[in-house]
Amino acid sequence: MKEIALYIIILCPLVGCVLQLLVGAKLPKVWSGGFACCAILLSFLGSAYLFMSFEQGFSLAWLPWFQVGELQTALSFRIDELSLIMMLVVSGISFLIHVYSLGYMKEDPLYSRYFAYLNLFVCAMLILVTADNLLLMFVGWEGVGLCSYLLIGFWFEDEFKAFCGKKAFIVNRIGDAGFLLAIFLSFSLFGSLSFDVLSSKAAALSAELNFGILSLLTLCLFLGAMGKSAQFPLYVWLPDAMAGPTSVSALIHAATMVTAGVYMICRLHFFYDLTPIIQKVVVIIGAFTALLSALMALTQRDIKKVLAYSTVSQLGYMFVGAGLAAYGTAMFHLTTHAFFKALLFLGSGSVIHAMHGEQDIFKMGGLKNVMPLTYLTFFVGSCALAGIPPFAGFFSKDSILAYAFEASPYLWGVLGVTAVLTSFYIFRTFYLTFHGSLRNKNAHESDNSMVLPLVLLAVGSLVIGFIGLPQNFAHLFHASNLFEKFLAPSKHLTLSQGLEWGIMFLSVLGALLSAYVAYVFYVRGTSVLETMSARMSFFYKLSYNKFYVDEAYDALFIRPLKKTADFLWRIIDVVFIDGIVNGVAWFGRQSFLFLSLFQSGKVGNYAFVMFVGALIVIILLAHFR
Amino acid sequence: MNLFENHILSTLIFLPLMGILFLWVVPQRYSQLLKWTAFLISLLTTVIGFYLFFSFQSDASMQFLELYPWIPSYNISFFVGVDGISLLLVLLTVVLQPLIILYSSPKTQSLKAFYCLFLLLETGMLGVFLSLDIVLFYVFWEVVLIPMYFIIGLWGGAHRIYATVKFLLYTVFGSFLMLAALMAVVMIHHEATGIYTTNILHLYGTFFGTLESWLFLGFVLAFFIKVPVFPFHTWLPDAHVQAPTEGSVILAGVLLKLGVYGLVRFAIPLFPFATKGFLPLLVVLGLIGVLYGAFVAWAQKDLKKLVAYSSVSHMGYCIIGLFALNVLGVTGSIVQLVSHGLATAGLFFVVGMIYERANTKEISKLGGLAASCPRLLFFFLILTLASIGLPLTSGFVGEFLSLLGAFQEFAQPVLAHSVIARDAIAARGDLSFTIFDIFIFLLGVFGVFGVILGAVYMLGMFQKVMFGKPKFENMKDLGFKECAVLIPLVLFILLIGIYPNIITSKTNPSVDYFVKHFSNYKIPTAITISGEQRSSASLRAEHSEAWQSKQEALP
Repeated sequence: MKEIALYIIILCPLVGCVLQLLVGAKLPKVWSGGFACCAILLSFLGSAYLFMSFEQGFSLAWLPWFQVGELQTALSFRIDELSLIMMLVVSGISFLIHVYSLGYMKEDPLYSRYFAYLNLFVCAMLILVTADNLLLMFVGWEGVGLCSYLLIGFWFEDEFKAFCGKKAFIVNRIGDAGFLLAIFLSFSLFGSLSFDVLSSKAAALSAELNFGILSLLTLCLFLGAMGKSAQFPLYVWLPDAMAGPTSVSALIHAATMVTAGVYMICRLHFFYDLTPIIQKVVVIIGAFTALLSALMALTQRDIKKVLAYSTVSQLGYMFVGAGLAAYGTAMFHLTTHAFFKALLFLGSGSVIHAMHGEQDIFKMGGLKNVMPLTYLTFFVGSCALAGIPPFAGFFSKDSILAYAFEASPYLWGVLGVTAVLTSFYIFRTFYLTFHGSLRNKNAHESDNSMVLPLVLLAVGSLVIGFIGLPQNFAHLFHASNLFEKFLAPSKHLTLSQGLEWGIMFLSVLGALLSAYVAYVFYVRGTSVLETMSARMSFFYKLSYNKFYVDEAYDALFIRPLKKTADFLWRIIDVVFIDGIVNGVAWFGRQSFLFLSLFQSGKVGNYAFVMFVGALIVIILLAHFR
Repeated sequence: MNLFENHILSTLIFLPLMGILFLWVVPQRYSQLLKWTAFLISLLTTVIGFYLFFSFQSDASMQFLELYPWIPSYNISFFVGVDGISLLLVLLTVVLQPLIILYSSPKTQSLKAFYCLFLLLETGMLGVFLSLDIVLFYVFWEVVLIPMYFIIGLWGGAHRIYATVKFLLYTVFGSFLMLAALMAVVMIHHEATGIYTTNILHLYGTFFGTLESWLFLGFVLAFFIKVPVFPFHTWLPDAHVQAPTEGSVILAGVLLKLGVYGLVRFAIPLFPFATKGFLPLLVVLGLIGVLYGAFVAWAQKDLKKLVAYSSVSHMGYCIIGLFALNVLGVTGSIVQLVSHGLATAGLFFVVGMIYERANTKEISKLGGLAASCPRLLFFFLILTLASIGLPLTSGFVGEFLSLLGAFQEFAQPVLAHSVIARDAIAARGDLSFTIFDIFIFLLGVFGVFGVILGAVYMLGMFQKVMFGKPKFENMKDLGFKECAVLIPLVLFILLIGIYPNIITSKTNPSVDYFVKHFSNYKIPTAITISGEQRSSASLRAEHSEAWQSKQEALP
């Protein structure tokens, strides 16, 4: 029965995709969209069934797969606490976004192709989270990358959008190359790719292994995670990925695919646990990315760009959690983030739809009364992101903050500042979009198929936090942290209750204050804002232009490499190698021409040469006798 | 049936040649009849090829052996047989051949000659893959050259004469060196045993002493030119750009594979010591090929040239995997051969189809084709992804196994070094890398760097050609015939990618045998010190023991 459920979960989206590609274009839109939604619904129901009937983790091998020499890998899947949470999140959120897409993509001529890609994505993502070995995980890993590429460049007639898709794929490929190296290393070291074998062998051999090689392996894995989860320095693709349809941004670039890196660290935690130095790297990269991208989000004008940098920033939090070995907390933040960030993106999509494609928040405003449901749900999402109780983000983010404080006050400081910035930029967006005077009279509330997922996600963002109550709350209400209990984390917080309350109080205060500041700046409209932005125009520009990181990459890597390519072709290939080849040919031809001079065909010449030759022979004979 | 079973390989080889006789009687003006006759003949070879594939027993032995004396005074014979490795390449040939003929449009002048040359080419290619006699192999090797020369020279582009002469001179230069080395091999074997033989199974294990390196280089040069390995590759882009689409497909699809196959069947087994000796150089050349090909492909402005240079890069993986000389690497190399054959053939088909419509191959002049050609988008996308090596396409299986095998082999000393004793780690207590760690790791990094570059140039090209504002009005989408050409390729690419066992189960025993018998020679001290004759007798005895089982299988 469980096996059949797994078949359904993984194959339904795939069958959906193939059907859409083959006949989708000929079907009426209701049917093709409906089929796509049904496929995902079946996946979700299957996941729910597995979750309900879950007793203990198990692996299922469908087929032998790679059987070459020592590489004996099966097409095997693993159902345990970790993968169940991911399956529920992925299939659940995917279903809602599929429903939302019914309305959002209504006008698009390539409707069925869109759903085909989206179904394929869900299939790849489910493979990623249920894989039982590194190789199968890599299949899902690259599969989601492919779908992301296709969907970012979905409106391919726009050259820039196609370029963004390519950029996403290539930057991801850099991370994937790291993943590939990690596969090579772990196979060479442990002779297997299955998680069970790797974890037991890594633990057994850790004492005998050089730390260097194990750290290298873990670092390579982390490189893969950095690419997929858009961490510094490989985050540059995610903001550009906003070129795709907003529903895609919500699903792939906020809720599911980008969290694959966090999932991967949790899944392969045994490597990280053995290499504390890499764990430190994870924490530092995560915290730095969180702060950097929050700073970038402060000044963006495009509503989707704000949300994109916010996603990068929140992923940074998750990495800090994972790096501190608080895997349960990282997964918890992943789950809540999936809800509220999908909500925010879908809300922004609803707004963009209403504004007929306008994405600049300074050209919006006053939508509060026109789109009440979108307004309300966006407010819930903003509060959840800002970490205001009792919304979901509060519980998960504060839990990470508490772990950070336990590890180091400085780390907590960085993340705290980030939290304050987060609250500011999301409320800035919120006020600019919905408050103030109405600037577009044609705006209207969206279709039911779009509003319904918003409401469901808003409810989710409200209640989902309570499944992961922090220790102090749990203590207060005599409840327990259901989430961590289910996931059985390896680590518990050791802070005293008073300290935990204190930290919580500080961060909520910071969030509320900066939300108020945003209110003062953008709703009341004081002159402080202008003076500040005038005084700090340098910083403003720096932030608005994303610290010129893209330009730096272009100058440092892309252009020199491109130049190298040109040099290799024009100089080495054409001039040097072909020069030698043609030179040899030229030399051959010249020597033939030279030799052919002797074959003049004139008897007189031949007689003369014969005479000279004979003379030389005679002289030589006479000389050497 | 029994008669057929006993002569299946010679039937396969000579069927296309017989087909030429059929074509001969069809008058030139019935162009459709010519085409379909040629198609039917090549389809028949496909059927026989698949029959061979399914009746092939998955073990290491040479199967369907046929032996007929040819020049008895030197014991030269028509000796053919198939093992798991040649089986796949035969299959690749017979799959591509009918597709090429199906694709060809009866547009050109002297159509009869065109199809006759392609059928002759097929005989040559199948002969190369199936020959177990070194002279027979050489004859087929040269037979392949002639039709290709005419196909490029007669139906090619504007600069076809330069391209054909370059192609011919490069290849002939290599094959004459091989001929010299080949004669030396036979003579040395005769000197040692008193028997003339050109049977490759008998020649394995011959002891060549100090000459071995030179003979090895003679063979390797010929094969490296064919592959082509950097820096012997510059004939390839010219030949591809000038060749007609059908010629490019067969060139990339099968002809490049002859080189790697030659290494597997002849160069490495005949000269195992020299192989070991030159290993670092060979692998580094393969690695340079991967990166260099990718970089140069990136700089290309012409669609066909880009695909041609991508071949240089992809064949580099074959070289790296092959010279890992372990099961994973060699299997990867062979899968990569098949995969590259399918994907690059498909890409050349697509380039030809685009050229027919847009009348240009210049990347900057193309754009926005996806808007009006969804079918083209679909096929082109899958072929591109296979070329990039995305999982679930055959390209991934080939690249992954090649690199994994190479990494496993070349990183082994370092990994062994990294497993240090328990108390030593306590004494060291630090986290520093050794210099070797870094060096070998860098080799691995370079290997996967090729994977990144592959995405860069292929997707860059794909974006410029397919996406953006449509530059052509009312571009016609792929027709039925064109889909029929591409569907089998895409199906095989996905099939191998999703379930690699389907072909690796056939190659596994042969590759195991290959690795066991040709890479495990311990280099005897006698050779490294002086190539004394005394040790040669004992060595030969040792090696011939290993080969006895194989020789017993002879008819």
